[in-house]
Amino acid sequence: MTTGPRKPPPQFVFRLKRALGGRSGWSGLALQVLFAAVLIWIAYEIVANARANLETQRIISGFGFLRNNAGFDVSQSLVPYTGSDSYAWVFLVGLLNTILVSVIGIFFATVIGFIVALGRLSPNWLVSRIAGGYVELIRNLPLLFQLLFWYLAVLGALPGPRQSIAVFGSYLSNRGLVIPRLIPEAGLAPVVVALVAAIVVAFGLRYFTRRLLFEKGRAITIWPYVIGLLIGLPLIAALMFGAPFSLEVPVLKGFNFSGGTRVIPELVALLVALSTYTAAFIAEIVRAGILSVHRGQMEAGLSLGLSRGSVLRLIVVPQALRVILPPLTNQYLNLTKNSSLAVSIGYPDLFSVFAGTALSQTGQAIEILAMTMGVYLLLSLVTSAVMSFYGWRLGRSLGA
Amino acid sequence: MKRVSLFFTLAVAAGFASQAATAETLKTVKDRGQLSCGVSTGLPGFSNPDDKGNWTGLDVDICRALAAAIFNDPSKIKFVPLSAKDRFTALQSGEIDVLSRNTTWTLSRDTSLGANFTGVTYYDGQGFLVKKSLKVNSALELNSASVCVQTGTTTEQNLADYFKGNNMKYEVIAFAGQDETVKAYESGRCDVFTSDVSQLYAERLKLANPADHVVLPEVISKEPLGPMVRHGDDQWFDIVKWVLFAMVDAEEMGVTQANVDEMAKSDKPDLKRAFGTDGNLGEQLGLTKDWFYRIIKAVGNYGESFDRNVGTGSKLQIARGLNQLWNKGGIQYAPPIR
Repeated sequence: MTTGPRKPPPQFVFRLKRALGGRSGWSGLALQVLFAAVLIWIAYEIVANARANLETQRIISGFGFLRNNAGFDVSQSLVPYTGSDSYAWVFLVGLLNTILVSVIGIFFATVIGFIVALGRLSPNWLVSRIAGGYVELIRNLPLLFQLLFWYLAVLGALPGPRQSIAVFGSYLSNRGLVIPRLIPEAGLAPVVVALVAAIVVAFGLRYFTRRLLFEKGRAITIWPYVIGLLIGLPLIAALMFGAPFSLEVPVLKGFNFSGGTRVIPELVALLVALSTYTAAFIAEIVRAGILSVHRGQMEAGLSLGLSRGSVLRLIVVPQALRVILPPLTNQYLNLTKNSSLAVSIGYPDLFSVFAGTALSQTGQAIEILAMTMGVYLLLSLVTSAVMSFYGWRLGRSLGA
Repeated sequence: MKRVSLFFTLAVAAGFASQAATAETLKTVKDRGQLSCGVSTGLPGFSNPDDKGNWTGLDVDICRALAAAIFNDPSKIKFVPLSAKDRFTALQSGEIDVLSRNTTWTLSRDTSLGANFTGVTYYDGQGFLVKKSLKVNSALELNSASVCVQTGTTTEQNLADYFKGNNMKYEVIAFAGQDETVKAYESGRCDVFTSDVSQLYAERLKLANPADHVVLPEVISKEPLGPMVRHGDDQWFDIVKWVLFAMVDAEEMGVTQANVDEMAKSDKPDLKRAFGTDGNLGEQLGLTKDWFYRIIKAVGNYGESFDRNVGTGSKLQIARGLNQLWNKGGIQYAPPIR
């Protein structure tokens, strides 16, 4: 009997075994399957048991409530909302308010964080100490405390609407900031077209000057022309076709202002607290990232005759970003999740209006909390995905 | 994240405790050795801890009466302070045996929450508290006002109905807790604080200058407040229901904390039935024969509890009004003990 070479197992089975990991051979695979089966069985038991118990206690379950009339009002909504809309609509209102505060908060936290980090690294003694003091003070106080401080002590101390501080048709009071509302007019379309044209021309200019810089080594300053274009073209359009907006100036009527656009103090307090708090952590992350770039890089840049700012912008920060990005993502996620503290100052975020009011009105804790958890999970995953994509692009451009 | 932990409590309770639904609450309470009673986080007159940490109030007295009837000891209670939006979840999950927390009886709460109201401890209605300096005399003058309200209450919906019904605009700012709500009103964020009238009087006491604030005359809703128990345990439902009835009946029969020992020896047939010297009505409830005596000895009758906590004997000074007995001009009425 001849023993030929054994046939290798088919690729698919091989890969499957590898994907399942753990022990080699079929016994390992069997264990994995058994384990998965037990997990599924436990999950099934929990769901079935919960359903049976809810039924015997006659607690209503299911998602039918989403179509019901909510019957309560909300102080800030990005989409038209009245008390006679459905719970599903309340969900959307809360979700948009959460996204609004997260996006704006992330923007400001990043800007403040970078500024503070650069300040802390600055050779100027006073600037670096102030930045250091900011970080130590802010990151060591509880966020809820800071939130209440901004809301009650700072914004709450503003005068009432009848004594509000008036600047250029805007009014600042303890009811928030009321600014004139822009109402679109006939001139809007030409102005938008002019603005788009200006942007296109500006990008063309940039492309042209960069090619000039790389090929011939001639640097041309273009930003004054760009700004001129961006302002000039829409202005000409407005002069030719009429003003793009008219102003609706707020007037004090009864207890509050009517007309105009209002930024409620809850939003401001939440934004200030979230962005200053998160910025303190971001500042340290950015500082760590910059310090992780070898000092020789800075020295090399300086000896090439670049300014300190240019070295930072062109050489140090791009390399530091690789270190900064993963923990920075964490901070973004924290900010989004911390926005649920809004409930303590009455900002109508998702957690407050949906997992709060809607929950206690319908009593459907399991469904509502599952939806709310799903939203926070989804927001976090989207943030992570965006940051990963940015990291991937950055890695590619650095040639790493 | 208290909310999330509550969610898990509920999910796990619903998922694993297959006994929860049919459990005999009375037996569970007896085995545990104390009653678990859900109360507010602090509302003077209804459920409020004093400076020694003892809970007092009209709602608290219901739980004390229950503990007295079960253990002959009104102190065998674990009080669980709950915010308005956490209260129902705590009851559903079995964390508390009875919710006695100024909760308004409505149809949807009686059905879809998996719980039942056992009676009305206080007939309330929703009103408005405003600063005197605003010179407002009626709720109908509140067009365009900012209103502070506690989230997760019937108040929030009544408010929307009232302003819509009267074609008025308003801005609502809803807070999770009562304290935050009142603080925001005090800081001037809102012109109006709205809640049940009894609470307005209670919260006004906590303000820096109570005399600067006034409760408007309009009462815009019916708010019958009462205790709640879970669906599925009729015996427990009966017990909680009849503890309140016993207190109301005691007032009607003239039995007070002071004269209860004397009255227990009375020959009057209705008193003999109540005190268990004739028949075994208490045992039919699953309690002891002297259940009525225990309750009145521990907390007094309904009128005494009312006066002590919210009425003339308290700081709140709320008139009996609708909460007077039915034969004295009010609507408090309990079925007979027989």
